[in-house]
Amino acid sequence: MLELAAQQGVSVAGKGLEGSPLAIRGLTVSYGQKPAVFSVDMTVQSGAMTAIIGPNGAGKSTLLKAALGIVTPLSGQVSVFGEPLEKQRARIAYVPQRASVDWDFPTRVIDVVLMGLSRELGLLGRVRARHMACAMDCLHRVGMRDFADRQIGQLSGGQQQRVFLARALAQDADLYLLDEPFAGVDAATEKAIIAVLKSLKEAGKTVVVVHHDLATVTDYFDHVFLINTRKVAEGTVAEAFTAETLQSAYGGRLATAQIDQISRALG
Amino acid sequence: MLWDALTLQLGYNATLVAIGATLLGVSAGVTGTFLFLRKRALVSDAISHATLPGVCLGFMVLVAFGGDGRNLIGLLAGSAVSAWIGLLCMNWLTRHTRLAEDAAIGAVLSVFFGFGIVLLTVIQTMGVGRQAGLEGFLLGSTAGMLWADALIIAIGGAATLLLVMIIRRPMTMVAFDPEYAAARGLPVHRIDLAMMGLVMAVTVVGLKIVGLILIVALLIIPPVTARFWSERSDRVVLLAGLAGGLAGYLGAALSASAPNLPTGPIIVLVSFGFFALSMFLAPVRGVLAAVLRHMRFQRRVHIRQGLLALAQGQKIYEPLTLRLLRRAGLARADGVATETGKARAAKALRDEKRWEIVRADQTHEATAALYDGLRDIETVLTRDQIAEIDRLIGGPQEVPA
Repeated sequence: MLELAAQQGVSVAGKGLEGSPLAIRGLTVSYGQKPAVFSVDMTVQSGAMTAIIGPNGAGKSTLLKAALGIVTPLSGQVSVFGEPLEKQRARIAYVPQRASVDWDFPTRVIDVVLMGLSRELGLLGRVRARHMACAMDCLHRVGMRDFADRQIGQLSGGQQQRVFLARALAQDADLYLLDEPFAGVDAATEKAIIAVLKSLKEAGKTVVVVHHDLATVTDYFDHVFLINTRKVAEGTVAEAFTAETLQSAYGGRLATAQIDQISRALG
Repeated sequence: MLWDALTLQLGYNATLVAIGATLLGVSAGVTGTFLFLRKRALVSDAISHATLPGVCLGFMVLVAFGGDGRNLIGLLAGSAVSAWIGLLCMNWLTRHTRLAEDAAIGAVLSVFFGFGIVLLTVIQTMGVGRQAGLEGFLLGSTAGMLWADALIIAIGGAATLLLVMIIRRPMTMVAFDPEYAAARGLPVHRIDLAMMGLVMAVTVVGLKIVGLILIVALLIIPPVTARFWSERSDRVVLLAGLAGGLAGYLGAALSASAPNLPTGPIIVLVSFGFFALSMFLAPVRGVLAAVLRHMRFQRRVHIRQGLLALAQGQKIYEPLTLRLLRRAGLARADGVATETGKARAAKALRDEKRWEIVRADQTHEATAALYDGLRDIETVLTRDQIAEIDRLIGGPQEVPA
């Protein structure tokens, strides 16, 4: 019965998962012979902020990219709001790693944000006043309004990251997927980004962040997903972000002192 | 003679060539820009070399079926087919083997070109007699260009240009951020193929005028020329079209103005001339501007350091600093500040404090990003903002803003 359902492309997710913003089943991705992500199940809670955590090379970014169809998985299914990815793609906004693009590209900050409106603009549509207003508003939300006309190469790392976030905001999506948005950014940027993400959550949007700073997990997020090629733990911060799960995700790579510190912080 | 050529008064053939070359230059410049922005400029080299076997096979087929071996449409169709096969080979190599793109380009380029040369030799020994002119596709030959040939080039160039304009947004998005484009559901791979297909179309169209070896120059040089002049991709596209069109027109006119000047190579040289001028003279990204900027910056650093030293009563040892201060009338030869020097020094010291506050304050972030240790604060803040900052600093307020 299940096989039949799978053959017909029907979601085989369990009860209550149909509406999940992002549900992944049995996902395996491999570059060459070594799997980067192996048989991972993930169910993202609607309207929550989820951190994807794990050591370097644990497949965090790959998981996100596979969920978006940027890399092709060997096996597994991805459903978005209970439907196949392609049907719901317009409801997802993705913020890639800052280092993934060339910042000497000849373009201005405002042009990058306007890329978020590419669906509305279409192939030949003119950029109208309302598009400009929307893009400027998104820049305003990340505190970058005054930078609209600057060339992107003049920005600091943190400012680049906020421009990427503004581009995602312009899409007005329901599910936001961010890949290491806090990597190598200044404290002001981190504050600005987290404020925007929290406001998204308050507006009922779902936010998933690949995160590397264990110290801020409890402050920023309400759900965590621990991965080290395989899924280690998944749930609310209280359930899944514990000394045991961290030990099992990071193995010997996390100093005992760090784990103690986190345990104490968790009470 | 040159004036006659520039005003298209050198006869029928020269006029046809000039119009054809201009259109080709525009479409090559515009199309090449997207390839350049995608950092795949060298792909055009493989595509162009892969046209040769097609030209030769096209000729053979035409002759075998009793047609005219010099029929341009037939030859161009043949070249398009083999260039497309070359393109697919290159794509397959990069996607499905561990070869990097540069290696795939090298492999495709040399193999297809080698095969083409073999076919060319075979044709020459076939003794068909009408083969004269196939070598012209290597470096272009415009001597016997017909009205129909010019029309093919014009229509092909215009059609390519139109298609480029239609898919310019997705191509720009893929060039800037392919992962984001993929996440938005853009078919990145197909857009890349379309882009390279358009490059192939320009190449095929340009075979008659500049030939397959030099067409690369028209695809790459105008975009890099244009890049010196603008920081916006849409303007780079337009400027590249302009530079390409102008190079085509001037090159064709120049080569027509004297006997035995080859059109294609002259166009390429003119194009290079624009590039060289831009590289040296462009206002922001140009070499000269960069050198001047560096020297001006160095002078300002020295004067600023000197003023701060004067304000704090420190002795100045650096001879360049002293010389610059003296020349600006800010200090005497013995290193003592003049009256103007004292005032400027006091202001410099206060500006340092003001900047300190601006840079610590998140609300001034856009202003703080302009900080280079030298900029006069009144050029970026209003009088009221400065007064506000001065209140925060406190102390005596007599220092002029």
